[in-house]
Amino acid sequence: MKKKKPQDISLVLVGPAGMGVQTVEQVLVKVLQSAGYHIYATKEYMSRVRGGMNSTSLRVAGSPVRAPVDRIDLLIPLAAGAVSHVAKRLSSSTIILGEKALFEKEIEDGFRAIDIPFSKIATEIGSKIYSNIVAVGLLGALFHVEFQLLQDFIRKRFAGKDQKILDENGQALQAGYEQGARLAEQENVEFDLKPDPNVKKQMLVSGAEAVGLGAIAGGCNFIAAYPMSPSTGLLTFLAKHGRDFNILVEQAEDEIAGINMALGAWYAGGRAIASTSGGGFALMTEGLSLAGMIESPLVVHLAQRPGPATGLPTRTEQGDLDLALYAGHGEFPRVILAPGTLQQAFDLTGHAFDLADRFQIPVFVLTDQYFVDTYYNTDRFDASEDRVHHHFIESEEGYKRFALSDSGLSPRAIPGHGKGLVAADSDEHDEFGRITEDLDLRVKMVDKRLARTKFLVEEAIGPTLWPQESDSKHLVICWGSTLPIVQEALERIGRDDLGLLHFSQVFPLHPAAAQPIGKAQTRICLENNAGGQFARLLKTYADIEVDHTILKYSGAAFTVEEIVTRITEILD
Amino acid sequence: MDEKHFTPENIDMAWCPGCGDFGILKSLKKALAELEIAPENLVMVSGIGQAAKIPQYLNCHYFNGLHGRALSPATAIQAVNPHLTVIAESGDGDMYGEGGNHFIHTIRRNPNITNIVHNNMVYGLTKGQASPTSRRGFKTPVQVAGVLLEPFNPLAVAIALDASFVARTSITDPDHTKAIIKQAIRHEGYSLVDILQPCVSFNKINTYQWFKDHAYPIENHDPHDRRAAFDLALQESENGKLPLGVLYVNPDKVPYHKAAGLYESDSSPLWQRPLDREKLCTLIAEY
Repeated sequence: MKKKKPQDISLVLVGPAGMGVQTVEQVLVKVLQSAGYHIYATKEYMSRVRGGMNSTSLRVAGSPVRAPVDRIDLLIPLAAGAVSHVAKRLSSSTIILGEKALFEKEIEDGFRAIDIPFSKIATEIGSKIYSNIVAVGLLGALFHVEFQLLQDFIRKRFAGKDQKILDENGQALQAGYEQGARLAEQENVEFDLKPDPNVKKQMLVSGAEAVGLGAIAGGCNFIAAYPMSPSTGLLTFLAKHGRDFNILVEQAEDEIAGINMALGAWYAGGRAIASTSGGGFALMTEGLSLAGMIESPLVVHLAQRPGPATGLPTRTEQGDLDLALYAGHGEFPRVILAPGTLQQAFDLTGHAFDLADRFQIPVFVLTDQYFVDTYYNTDRFDASEDRVHHHFIESEEGYKRFALSDSGLSPRAIPGHGKGLVAADSDEHDEFGRITEDLDLRVKMVDKRLARTKFLVEEAIGPTLWPQESDSKHLVICWGSTLPIVQEALERIGRDDLGLLHFSQVFPLHPAAAQPIGKAQTRICLENNAGGQFARLLKTYADIEVDHTILKYSGAAFTVEEIVTRITEILD
Repeated sequence: MDEKHFTPENIDMAWCPGCGDFGILKSLKKALAELEIAPENLVMVSGIGQAAKIPQYLNCHYFNGLHGRALSPATAIQAVNPHLTVIAESGDGDMYGEGGNHFIHTIRRNPNITNIVHNNMVYGLTKGQASPTSRRGFKTPVQVAGVLLEPFNPLAVAIALDASFVARTSITDPDHTKAIIKQAIRHEGYSLVDILQPCVSFNKINTYQWFKDHAYPIENHDPHDRRAAFDLALQESENGKLPLGVLYVNPDKVPYHKAAGLYESDSSPLWQRPLDREKLCTLIAEY
């Protein structure tokens, strides 16, 4: 891939949960986007409500940035221990801005720290709680954001508050801004990035929101879920917008109830999504098998986190591909989608509803903690096209829900729409849906259920190759959330003979999926897990082997630098 | 309406001769016919077990799902299309054992469904082990020294959770059973009908005669009196007596689908409501 290096500033905010890291982040990214900067943000956090140490890593740039980097240009530690928390990411070019007394003991010689008395400034204005606004003002000044823009934004955000609070917020912002101007002048700390006017037209959206918007665009009208990190963001998103879009949102007593409700909803004409993480999905597997038996459509959002068992509840992994692939007893077809970009998350979630409905199968949208908690600016999603088509029929008298057919697809009807009666049975059943122990009929029913696989292969989304239509000598293969990270890494390496193949549908594979892999001399499969699950899937279902795997299973996402190093080690 | 409307053609029934299930099926059909519920408006939802086979023997829509899980799809079916009459029916093992958590939380949720439980105090389909309602000391091939666990008291649990309709009948009185089922279906909100029933194959203790001896009709009871209802429900634990009738009704509870807020100005089932794409575009524009 062609050599490219984005001009960007890597800004990291670190502090305990509940200390306002989020306030600074939320205000700052909106303001910077309004000023025309490309924004990327990701966070890592501990499984606790207060305390601990969390960080948000932002990249502010003049061109698109969509991947995490190790490098920190500017660190804002908000408490003692914050610098140590990211010690491995510091270098002599890192500037640490904050209350020096808090972190003095944590910095090694040669590191540059500038004392900014955030809480002293805030206290003088009225209260320590304004520290975050002082920080916003300072950072705004460093990125040359017009003061008016900052002021309007803060006023809007705190609209409706007491006049005193509004005034003091304004003073805090002003004081921060002056500090920023002073730094630029006296300390030579300044960031010259060229804003891009297109950014203002774009949207700033997270993975969880992109999946949620995609679900709405796909006609989702039912979710019953049990809260579980990192899947909860989708549940809260749909709860927030449920009444506007006729979505019935219920907090189920457990994941078993959640998936069984989802199947009941589809049976009665609804369009339901089950959303959970690995442990919750483990409880859902009997329900998944029921979807297979009653040929019910179902969309499952599985947001992965490291296991086994409770694992690392707030961290990331691509460790549940095998789980999604093999979950549920018995044999039945399924589709697994794994978005790599926010645009794909929107498109594929909508697509999942359509596939599920058309072929009466469960369809997975496989994300992970990194993906759902990450956001960046992207072209506004287009919802102008009508993508919701019901694939059920109005039934006639004598209707047979499981009528045998060569295609394997029996027209699906729903109760209350037509004169026919609609049966669903978890036992093996006859064409009407009544229990049978006729073993010849059993064979016909199994064949019928599995016959739909051919449609799923025909409809499969093929992998995307970079550079397009190339025959790269060396090929990196990845799937799901790692796409933009690998892309940036390959651009940094900048070798003409190095290409990338990304799968946003991991099962079933497109019939031509293996072709670009077959042509490559060096095949490297990169995955955020320990077992190389996708490499195994390629071997099993496309009969193609990779030469190298790059695996990471610490609970953190890959970074650009890390991928550069590991690919270079293989190729050199 | 004739109850024959609910009898499908060519069915091979898997129940043992003399099983109480036959009586329950007949009472249910009569209740449905007398209520003039059209088969195409009725959805029977069940789990697994001998009782859970009841939808197979009825001419109507049905969702015969997983063991213990009938209440979850039943709740969703009714909430997605409130024009349907939804009955969730299974045995004591399915509803009170495997599905115990759903039993508790479905009562709290109060969907407009009727929950009929065949209570024969034993597992039939797995051939004679204890059920959650088996009495202490009941011997089985697994509970060789007799049941050690306190029997599950479904009525007391339901009343404790302020279920909106709680009743018990015994199939030793089919007419009473039919009358109670009718009341339960007419009731708007969750209704529990626990039906005492002998198992002729695996329960030689709680027989037809045993139920006649231990069950009695409630008299002079106000079903709106929750404390009195709870006292009646506790009798089976305290003196082994099984009061029959409507123990408790709370007419003030709002059914789940209405509380969920999607049917205030529009009574149509969710599938009839198109996606408001203009609104979606507006939402996308906010990001």
